[in-house]
Amino acid sequence: MTSASVLFDAPGPKARLRNNIYTAVVVVAVLAAGYFLFRAFDQKGQFEAEKWKPFLEGDVWSTYLWPGLKGTVVAALISIVFALVIGMVFGILRLSEHRSVRLIAGAVVEFARAIPVLILMIFLFALYSEYDLFKSDDLALAAVVTALTIYNGSVIAEIVRAGIRSLPKGQTEAAVALGMRKNQLMRLILLPQAITAMLPALISQMVVALKDTALGYQITYIEIVRSGQQLGAAEQNTIPALIVVAIIMIALNSTLTLVATKLERRLRARKRAKGGVVLAADSIITDAAPGVDVVKKP
Amino acid sequence: MFDLISEYDTKILEAFWVTIKLTAFSAVGALILGTIVAAMRVSPVPVARWVGTAYVTIFRNTPLTLIIVFCSLGLYSALGWKLAGDSIEDNNYRWAIVGLSVYTAAFVCESLRSGINTVPLGQSEAGRSLGFSFTQNLRLVVLPQAFRSVIAPLGSVLIALTKNSTIAAAIGVAEAAKLMAEMIEVEAALLAIGAIFALGFVIITLPTGLLFGWLAKRYEVAR
Repeated sequence: MTSASVLFDAPGPKARLRNNIYTAVVVVAVLAAGYFLFRAFDQKGQFEAEKWKPFLEGDVWSTYLWPGLKGTVVAALISIVFALVIGMVFGILRLSEHRSVRLIAGAVVEFARAIPVLILMIFLFALYSEYDLFKSDDLALAAVVTALTIYNGSVIAEIVRAGIRSLPKGQTEAAVALGMRKNQLMRLILLPQAITAMLPALISQMVVALKDTALGYQITYIEIVRSGQQLGAAEQNTIPALIVVAIIMIALNSTLTLVATKLERRLRARKRAKGGVVLAADSIITDAAPGVDVVKKP
Repeated sequence: MFDLISEYDTKILEAFWVTIKLTAFSAVGALILGTIVAAMRVSPVPVARWVGTAYVTIFRNTPLTLIIVFCSLGLYSALGWKLAGDSIEDNNYRWAIVGLSVYTAAFVCESLRSGINTVPLGQSEAGRSLGFSFTQNLRLVVLPQAFRSVIAPLGSVLIALTKNSTIAAAIGVAEAAKLMAEMIEVEAALLAIGAIFALGFVIITLPTGLLFGWLAKRYEVAR
């Protein structure tokens, strides 16, 4: 671990002894907390076989968990695709040479990042149902997707901007010297490199989108948390149902995070030879706040 | 829009006040918990590092809605763990603070850890050769610089927390998102209601962002 080596040397005999004592303390604390939780759950009968048996039945999966998981993944995928398009457009607009375009695009992006996604979602749900814009079955999905697209689009716009600004200035100069138009410069030179640089950050933005679909819970969209809660109500096993849902989400999201980190390491190794920047997978850009300029960060 | 504001003025202010209180209490909780987890993640004790890593992996990858619903339906209703008297509202309010703190602590921890990574290796080597222990090194040399370099990311975390506090509506805490949903049910002026709440959050988050951006510049460590 690199971060660890900053702070301490390889332990000597005395430090080893001390570390062993700390290890014992931590182990005892974790075990005590675990036992406390276990006893509390056990006393209320949460470990009875009948509470957990439903998860071995195909019915429970096909009625609750699969549709929920499908709802989550579908909403996340659609909104990431739309967000990519919107993000690229606004990311490029924010780098425009015209001041007015820059300002307007910047205001839109900052505004979109300042509003909580849930507020946006509730609003859009009401808006769509009032004006009958979608079939009633698709209403919730449409509201979830639009809200996630607006939010993630604004974050991806920042990622694109950071990706393009991270490229060496010589590239633009060379392209201009070759007589390329702005459009060609962006399309042939800058964007392809920026997209590679931002891939890890993009993948970890998918994790954000996946998690945020759970906000659909509040506008009755059938995603995995709501289906878990319904399953818990139907089978009288709320705690086991929510734990299973949590395990599914953690497995899914940490796989994505792992892919992002692996990719980042590979890209970074490749880039080191040529020079250039890769945006870290869990960089602050992915959950940056309005008003805080993320682009200046290393 | 102005009719609505004057009709609901106290209710709107109350709802946003609950939002701010949720944010403030959870921010304190998350900062304390997050610093502890970050210290565990960089400590020389492998088991502590594993516990810290497990904490971050679990809570960063679980949807906040799930955590808050689990606190209310699972820990409060099913297990009967009370944090306040018998009123459901008070209990859910406090459980929402717990859920928000536990979730946000994972992000605070990661920001702090990235801050610790910005401190050059030579500094703590110098500290060690002066005979500093791990704790002294962390407290006197590394953490002060780390905190200064993560002001902006911590600001982002705080703003994300402010926005996330709306999720407490899932368990019926009377904050902004819940009032908005109720107003939409009763009133016809949808656009005006949307504008009021969007503006409310812009008014809270934008100055916070600017303040933290300014603070980050002000306290930047020159290297």
